[in-house]
Amino acid sequence: MRRVGRQQTRLTLRLVAGTCLALLCACAPSHSERETIRFWVMGREGEVIAQLLPEFERSNPGVQVELQQVPWSAAHEKLLTAFAGGTLPDLCQLGNTWLPEFAALDTLERLDSRAAQSRIVAAKDYFPGIWDTNIAGDGLYGIPWYVDTRVLFYRSDLLRKAGYDQPPRSWEEWERALAAIKREVGPGRYAILLPLNEFEPLLALALQQPAPLLRDDGRWAAFGDPDFRRTLAFYAGMFRNGWAPAQGDAQIGNVWTEFAHGYFSFYITGPWNIGEFKRRLPPERQADWMTAPLPGPDGPGASTAGGSSLVIFRSSRHAQAAWRLIEYLSEPAVQVRFYALTGNLPPRRTAWRDGGLAADRYAKAFLSQLERARPAPKVPEWERIAREMQLTAEQVVRTGMDIDQATSTLDRRVDAMLAKRRWMLARGRSQ
Amino acid sequence: MRLNGVAWAFVTPALLVIGVFFLFPVVAAVALSLTDFDIYALADLRNLRFVGLDNYLQMLGAPLFWQALGNTLYFVVVGVPLSLLVSLAAALLLHSKLARWRAFFRTALFAPVVTTLVAVAVVWRYLFHTRYGMVNYALDYIGIGHLDWLGDPRLAMPTIILLALWKNFGFNMVIFLANLQAIPVELYEAARVDGASSLRQLVHITLPMLAPALLLTGVLTTAGYFQLFAEPYVMTQGGPLRSTVSVLYLMYEEGFKWWNFGAAAAVSLLLFGLILGVTWLLMRASREGV
Repeated sequence: MRRVGRQQTRLTLRLVAGTCLALLCACAPSHSERETIRFWVMGREGEVIAQLLPEFERSNPGVQVELQQVPWSAAHEKLLTAFAGGTLPDLCQLGNTWLPEFAALDTLERLDSRAAQSRIVAAKDYFPGIWDTNIAGDGLYGIPWYVDTRVLFYRSDLLRKAGYDQPPRSWEEWERALAAIKREVGPGRYAILLPLNEFEPLLALALQQPAPLLRDDGRWAAFGDPDFRRTLAFYAGMFRNGWAPAQGDAQIGNVWTEFAHGYFSFYITGPWNIGEFKRRLPPERQADWMTAPLPGPDGPGASTAGGSSLVIFRSSRHAQAAWRLIEYLSEPAVQVRFYALTGNLPPRRTAWRDGGLAADRYAKAFLSQLERARPAPKVPEWERIAREMQLTAEQVVRTGMDIDQATSTLDRRVDAMLAKRRWMLARGRSQ
Repeated sequence: MRLNGVAWAFVTPALLVIGVFFLFPVVAAVALSLTDFDIYALADLRNLRFVGLDNYLQMLGAPLFWQALGNTLYFVVVGVPLSLLVSLAAALLLHSKLARWRAFFRTALFAPVVTTLVAVAVVWRYLFHTRYGMVNYALDYIGIGHLDWLGDPRLAMPTIILLALWKNFGFNMVIFLANLQAIPVELYEAARVDGASSLRQLVHITLPMLAPALLLTGVLTTAGYFQLFAEPYVMTQGGPLRSTVSVLYLMYEEGFKWWNFGAAAAVSLLLFGLILGVTWLLMRASREGV
């Protein structure tokens, strides 16, 4: 009950601490001629990135990197606080779904000309869907650092038992396989896990349809489109047929144990789970799992285009040095080392080829999926919209709400969320 | 006059602190609730619009707000009487002459109050796990069968109430216990001489003597329960199907998750009005009752 208050105090404390720190730094005489770039890195990347930096500092003697680790859970809040307080770093790792928001705040440096002249950052070498997430309006604001997309993880032994040697490629094949597995495992077990509190699986399926989820440059919702209604019906059908349990993550507990027990056979998830599955599944299960590209409405389909990008903030006075660090981190050889350290998949085809990653049996599905990755609508309000979409889906699954009614309610709610955006765009045009 | 000046000098620091940390935020929240302050306004103040009562009207027209209000009222109406009842029962048991190891039980029953909620939540999530939870294991044993405690929209709030009950009853229990010990023994002796049964002693001596304590704990518990937040935050994140979203949780989402501070301020002021109204009603009812 007191958590909000504590968060506010923490925010205040952080602001005070930040101010003190800034004052201290301002008072300290500069010891050297070296240029210092402040670099914020999140989560696990923050722990290992230090191992890659000495080489950069050796080849760029004039530049020193001051690293700060930020936990993912506090990253968004910390960045906005830093923005309000004017203490943004020079260079930062940014989740690519946050990019439109920070571009709308007008905090990001445009990278178009730098990227066009660069001999290292070659746009053509990047997966197109991922590269596209870094473009807001008509400007390029980030360089992909690593990528994340969702594919199918499955129990190959259970699939074979149900009579299938190959993973499904289209929705129709998928439905047949799901039904066969459910018949095989019986009541109390399921064919697929789609946690009801995660929006990513539904989003991945929705992105497979040609129709966009928002229309008119993100001014209005378009969930009422027959394409999305079809996706929602397909998603809800997996629950109605008893193939998927109507549960959230909290009720599942440990997905790896459940997967090993055969509680479910299909699971839509991301690249980090390759490492987790290798580590957490018991040895006797290691031969029984595989990854496959996500089946689409007809043939292999699209999936989400997630991951992290490297951005430079406009407030930075060391943009050129920061760009050199981006170039260094974008070199295929460095990306291969980064993959070895973190398991994060590189965004460049060259890095996949050189690192032998393309031949990895589990990563292979990601490679083909990444060629078909599609960005979500690029509006700052997107995360909230995606949550609302998932909530609607949960309602359809749990209460049996009519699809048409559900999507029209969803459209109305999302339109309300976009009201301010419409006003701003209209005003921007009249000025 | 001189004395007055000295008095002011003593009071000023406290007043300043109250002004800066209490009065100013309240005024700021009221002002904020009349604007559409959000992430765009943070970027550029020209994107800030004065919207009058729009935030309030929009909230009052949103089904989610009414659902959150309904959930909160459910929590308060069921939770507060239950909580007081359990606290009172525990206090009476501890106060009873038959009770042994009183100090031990007093500490044990008070322990949940001082235990970190996040740690408690981890344990409770296991206890109430659908397939591996001890609660369902026990229910199975007596033949009731599995219940999806945290996954069923109808059961999630009762589970949250159970958690809050267990977590908080110790605090009121200690207050009741202190008050019980302050009741003069002569009253009971006189009643016994008159041949009053223990039930009549409870109704005619113990409860009337506890009335002020009951009012105090009732008001405090009600105000506290209206601010339901941490329990759903750590147990269910407002789910399933928004069945555990409270008004304060809605405020947190609007403000700290989506950065709509105008709407968040409006929600918090609505909650403030609600708590104020209910407390006033409670006080009045008790004054008329006495």
